[in-house]
Amino acid sequence: METKLSLKEKTVIIGPNHPFVMIGERINPTRRKKLASSMAEGDFNMVQEDARAQVAAGAQVLDINAGIPGADEPALLRGAAQAVMGVVDIPLCFDSANPDALAAALAIYPGQALINSTTAEEKMMDTVLPLAKQYGAAVIGVITDDKGVPPTPQERLKVAEKLLKRAGDYGVPPENIIIDPLALTVSADHMQARITLDSISLIQKELGVNMNLGASNVSFGLPDRKIINVAYLALAISRGLTIAITDPTVPEIQTTILACDLLMGRDAYSMRWIKAFRAREKAKAETA
Amino acid sequence: MDLKQIFENVIEGQAPEVEAGVKAALAAGMEAGTILNDALIAAMDEVGRRFEDGDFFVPEMLISARAMQAGLSLLKPYLTATDVKASGKIAIGTVKGDLHDIGKNLVAMMLEGAGFEIIDLGVDVAPEAFVDAVHEGANLIGMSALLTTTMSNMGATIQALKAAGLRDKVKVMIGGAPVTEEFAKSIGADAFAPDASSATRIARQLVA
Repeated sequence: METKLSLKEKTVIIGPNHPFVMIGERINPTRRKKLASSMAEGDFNMVQEDARAQVAAGAQVLDINAGIPGADEPALLRGAAQAVMGVVDIPLCFDSANPDALAAALAIYPGQALINSTTAEEKMMDTVLPLAKQYGAAVIGVITDDKGVPPTPQERLKVAEKLLKRAGDYGVPPENIIIDPLALTVSADHMQARITLDSISLIQKELGVNMNLGASNVSFGLPDRKIINVAYLALAISRGLTIAITDPTVPEIQTTILACDLLMGRDAYSMRWIKAFRAREKAKAETA
Repeated sequence: MDLKQIFENVIEGQAPEVEAGVKAALAAGMEAGTILNDALIAAMDEVGRRFEDGDFFVPEMLISARAMQAGLSLLKPYLTATDVKASGKIAIGTVKGDLHDIGKNLVAMMLEGAGFEIIDLGVDVAPEAFVDAVHEGANLIGMSALLTTTMSNMGATIQALKAAGLRDKVKVMIGGAPVTEEFAKSIGADAFAPDASSATRIARQLVA
């Protein structure tokens, strides 16, 4: 299945026969004090810098979160989106649980955006899916429901099916739903990553939809997180993950994803891999 | 089996050895309260210190806490009110709308290791449930939120405590990734704890 995102003429296609898509996660004021305080004052210079840096590092979509306690989230999300569209030309992903904020940003967005996210909770689906329909946006569907996190791959598949069905009821086609089978941390329960990987395989086989992970969750509380994160990404990609919210400015993530594309047969004549290598060599030579 | 050995086994997360040690110490006539304070609680304090210093990682904290709990359950029948320094009774949970409970569980285990009585309200806890816990004798509330979108419900709980006339009967401590000291102040919480180990220290100060 192919999911199409766009901003004006620029289109990004997500699917098993296309290069893996990185959603740049850095425009998020959670735990970033300076960014939060500048955004809260309506100053989007840092946001724009983050946008440029992530696109330069290979992000094909940019996530924008404007959740700052006590601030006017609809105005901030819309403002940040406008600021980002002023400097880069790739599709955006609006990251909020506030439907007013989502609507404010979607209303001014020229193209097919991604909404991050709905869960399979009744209230969430009935709030977010109509917005997706109204603005023609795609949606990340996280497979938690009113009972919490489904413990097994079979139950996660069922929740994914419920999400797709409800989306259909609202007129949102399955290719516009990107299922997030949940990256939970292994430090609290060492079977959690395996359950997620098995869920990806099962959902890929049964539903064939695109899938996203917030992959860096997996290593919380452990040393040498980067190594765990990239190994997890590689394993998940081999099972059918097609998109991830991550930090493209981390060199290991960039290179791991390029190598995965190459090994999954999505890099003809290894051209992207070689080109990226040359770019790294050039950057090294310039800083030396 | 001496207390030092139990202490070491808690730090290393060896639950069966801790159980054996506690049994041996009880059989040798040692006071349950002494075993609790000088071996179990002291060991969890050390685990917390190592975690704060970055020497210990989450799984090590979990396995130590499990070893501590194994020893504690053997001691419980022998413990009398005077044995235990009544550290306090804390009702803990993730706020309404938030299902992320790793941090909350760690804090609960560390507090239990520090001698607190725990009322674990679980995840997605409504303000009214915290209010009920205070009616049941909790003198401390611990709230966790991992999402910017759910943290506002911390303020709602504090408002509910005020409305119930209970705000001065209980201390409120909050934590979670998006939570900051300033946010804690802005909603009228008593304290912000950045991690599980400092939560223990701060909880002790709050109820002292």
